[in-house]
Amino acid sequence: MSNNFVGTAEQDKAFDEVLKELESVPGPLMKALQKAQEIYGYLPIEVQTRIADKFDVPLEEIYGIATFYSQFNLNPKGKYTIGICLGTACYVKGSGDVLNKFKEKLGIDAGQTTPDRKFTLDATRCIGCCGLAPVLTVNEEVYGKVTVDDVDKILAKYND
Amino acid sequence: MKKQVTLKINNVPVTVDEGTRVLDAARAAGFHIPTLCYLKDVTNDGSCRVCVVEIKGMRNLAASCSTVVREGMEVFTNTPKVKKSRKTTIELILSNHEKKCLSCVRSGNCELQALSLEYGCDPVAYEGVTKKYLPDDTNPYLVRDNNKCILCRRCVAVCNKIQGVGVIGPNGRGFNTHIGCAFERSLDTVPCVACGQCINVCPVGALTERDNTHEVLEALADPDKYVIIGTAPSVRVAIGEEFGYPIGTDTEGKMVSAIKALGADKVFDVDMAADMTIMEEGYEFLARLKDADAKLPMITSCSPGWIRYIEYYYPELIGHLSTCKSPQQMFGAIMKTYYAEKFGIDPAKMVVVAVMPCTAKKFERTREHQSASGYPDIDVVLTTRELAKLLKSQGIDLSKMPNGEFDNPIGEGSSAGLLFGATGGVMEAALRTVYEVVTGKEPEKLDFKAVRGTKGIKTAVIDMNGTKVKVAVAHTLQNAKTIMEQIKAGTADYQFVEIMTCPGGCVNGGGQPIHSAKVLNTTDIKTLRAKAIYKSDKKAKIRKCHENPVVKKLYSEYFGEPNSHKAHEVLHTEYKKRTKFE
Repeated sequence: MSNNFVGTAEQDKAFDEVLKELESVPGPLMKALQKAQEIYGYLPIEVQTRIADKFDVPLEEIYGIATFYSQFNLNPKGKYTIGICLGTACYVKGSGDVLNKFKEKLGIDAGQTTPDRKFTLDATRCIGCCGLAPVLTVNEEVYGKVTVDDVDKILAKYND
Repeated sequence: MKKQVTLKINNVPVTVDEGTRVLDAARAAGFHIPTLCYLKDVTNDGSCRVCVVEIKGMRNLAASCSTVVREGMEVFTNTPKVKKSRKTTIELILSNHEKKCLSCVRSGNCELQALSLEYGCDPVAYEGVTKKYLPDDTNPYLVRDNNKCILCRRCVAVCNKIQGVGVIGPNGRGFNTHIGCAFERSLDTVPCVACGQCINVCPVGALTERDNTHEVLEALADPDKYVIIGTAPSVRVAIGEEFGYPIGTDTEGKMVSAIKALGADKVFDVDMAADMTIMEEGYEFLARLKDADAKLPMITSCSPGWIRYIEYYYPELIGHLSTCKSPQQMFGAIMKTYYAEKFGIDPAKMVVVAVMPCTAKKFERTREHQSASGYPDIDVVLTTRELAKLLKSQGIDLSKMPNGEFDNPIGEGSSAGLLFGATGGVMEAALRTVYEVVTGKEPEKLDFKAVRGTKGIKTAVIDMNGTKVKVAVAHTLQNAKTIMEQIKAGTADYQFVEIMTCPGGCVNGGGQPIHSAKVLNTTDIKTLRAKAIYKSDKKAKIRKCHENPVVKKLYSEYFGEPNSHKAHEVLHTEYKKRTKFE
C-alpha cells in the first residue's frame, strides 16, 4: 500500500455516502471513481480497493478503468497544476521547450508532482485558445504567448 | 427446440439455432475462419479482428465470433477484401510482437506463427516503435513476458470468468495498453493463485511456466545425488500428446521407461502418496464426524491453487481444510523419512523430483511446514510439458519406449489414487475407503458415478449403514466461491467437499500439454483425459487405497495407524491467512 495516504474523517464520510448512494446504480464504477477523485483529489490504492470491495470486482478491473481514462489521477495533485498545451498550434510555437524548462526548474516529469505537493506538471492536449499559442494554465489562470524566459516569472507568482 | 434461422454462407444455405454466432455457423457448414482471441465458452470479445467476414449490406467487416446470425443474412468468409484485412491485422500484430521465434518455447505450437504462415505475412511489413517490457519472473511458478503478448485477453478472460480471481487485466490505453496487475504490481504481490490456466490459453509465448528442467539435468549428472522422480496421476494420460498420441491416451508404461532412460535412480508413482492422502484424509474426516466441535464440511487440500485461494479470499474458513499435505508433498516426505531410513540413504543427498500437471505445485514446494525430514520434501517440480521438453532435449522418443513399470518397493499405487486426476476423483477414492471403514463391508458398486463428470458443482448423499454422508464436488475457483459463500451463509448442507482449482481437475491443469484454440474450440480435452483415467481404474487389480500393499506396509512399518502422531509430523501441514495486496 502507498504509505503516505491518509484520508481525513470528512473525506471518508463523504465517500461512504457516495458509495451508499451508488449501491442501487447499475454500472457504478465510473461514477465511483469520479466521485472519489473529487473527494480525495486522486485515486490511491486504498481508495480503489474500497471501490473494488464495495462492488465485489477485482482491484485490477478498477485500476484498468483508472488508467484507461486520462481524467483520473493516480498520484496526488499539487496546490497548483500547471497545464502546458501540447496541441499542434502551441507545439509548433515552442510549447515543448516551455515544458522542458518547467521540468528542469521543478525537477519533475510531466504528470508528476513536486515532493512538497506545491506544483503538478501536466502536458495537455489542445485547450482551445490557439490564438494565444503557446498557452499554459496554472489552475484557472491562463497565460498566453509564453516563452522560455517567462517560466521563472510565472513560478515566482506562486511563491507563497 | 430453438427457433431456426436460415442464412447463406458463401452462397450455401445454412440453417442454425437462433442466437448462433456467424463463426460457429460457418464452421458447422464446413467453412474455416481463422481466429486468434476467440475461445469457446470463455471469450468472444472480438478484439483481434482476425475472424472478420463480409456481410451483405454491412458497411464494415464484422467479427464473426461475436456477430449473431440473422434470417436471410448473406455472409462471405473468403473474399479478397476479407483476406487482405486479416493479413494486415496479423502483420500489425506482428509489428509489435517480439519475434524471438528461434528460441521461443512455443515455436511450432504458436497460433500467431501458424496464422502468419497461413496468410503469407511479412513479419516486418510495419516497422516502427515497439513497446519494451521487463518480463515478470518474480514468482516460482510462471513468467509473464509482455514483449510477446498480443493483447488477445484470453488469459484475462480465464482469470476472471473461469477462476473468478481477476488479478490481470488491460492497463493503460491505445498503444500503451498492456496486460498487467493493479498498480503495475508484479505477480508475487497480488492474490494470484498460481493455477497456470492463463498459460494454457495463451496463443503465443507470453506466458510460460518457470523452467526448472536444468535443475533436474544437473542432479542427474551429479554422481553424489540420489535422484527420485515421481509422476502424478494426470501426467500419464497427457504426456503422450507431446509425442503424437491422440488426446486421452494413457502412456504410463512408456513414460516410466522414458524417465528411467533419463538416468533417474528410482521412478515412483505418486498415486501411492494419493492413497496415503485418502487414508489420512478419510480418517481425519471420520474423526471430525464424531466430534461435535469439529469444523464441517471438511474440504480437501490436494490442490495448491485452491489452498492459495482460500488463504487469500476466505481465510476465515481455513479451519475447514483438511490438514493433510497434498500427495506431492506426502510423496517427498515419505521418500526423505521412511524410504531414506529403510535404505540408508542420506536425505541431504536425495533429489526428489515431482512431475505434475500443475504450476501451483512449484509454489507449493516452497511453502512453510513442508520439510518433514528437515530437508524440503520436494526439491524440483516439473510440469508435464517440462518433462516432455526434457525428454526431447535428451533425444528420448517416448513413443518408441517399451512398457516399463514403476520401481518397487514403493512404486505401486491403487487406481483410486489414480482417480485424483479428474474432478470428483478424490471424493470417489475417499468414499471407497470411508464406506468400508464405516460399514465394515465393500460398497455395492465401487463406481460413485454421481461425483463424476464436468458439471461445475456435483452433490451426492451416500448412505453408509444408516449414516448419511452428504458430499459436494467443485472444480474451478468460481464454483469454489459459490460453496464458500454457502458455508459463510450457513446453507452448505455437506459434510465433505472436494475442490479442484482447474476446470475438470488436474487432467486439465496449468502444466498440461497446450493445445491451440482450434483444438480447444472443438474438443473437450478434460473429458477425454479423464476417460483414460476411468478406463485404467476399471481394469485395475487394486481399486481401493487401503488395499494397496505399499500403504499397509507404510503403516505397519512406520506410521502405526492413520492420523498417528508420526503421521501428523510427516504427512500433515498448516495454512495461513494471506493479505491480498501486501
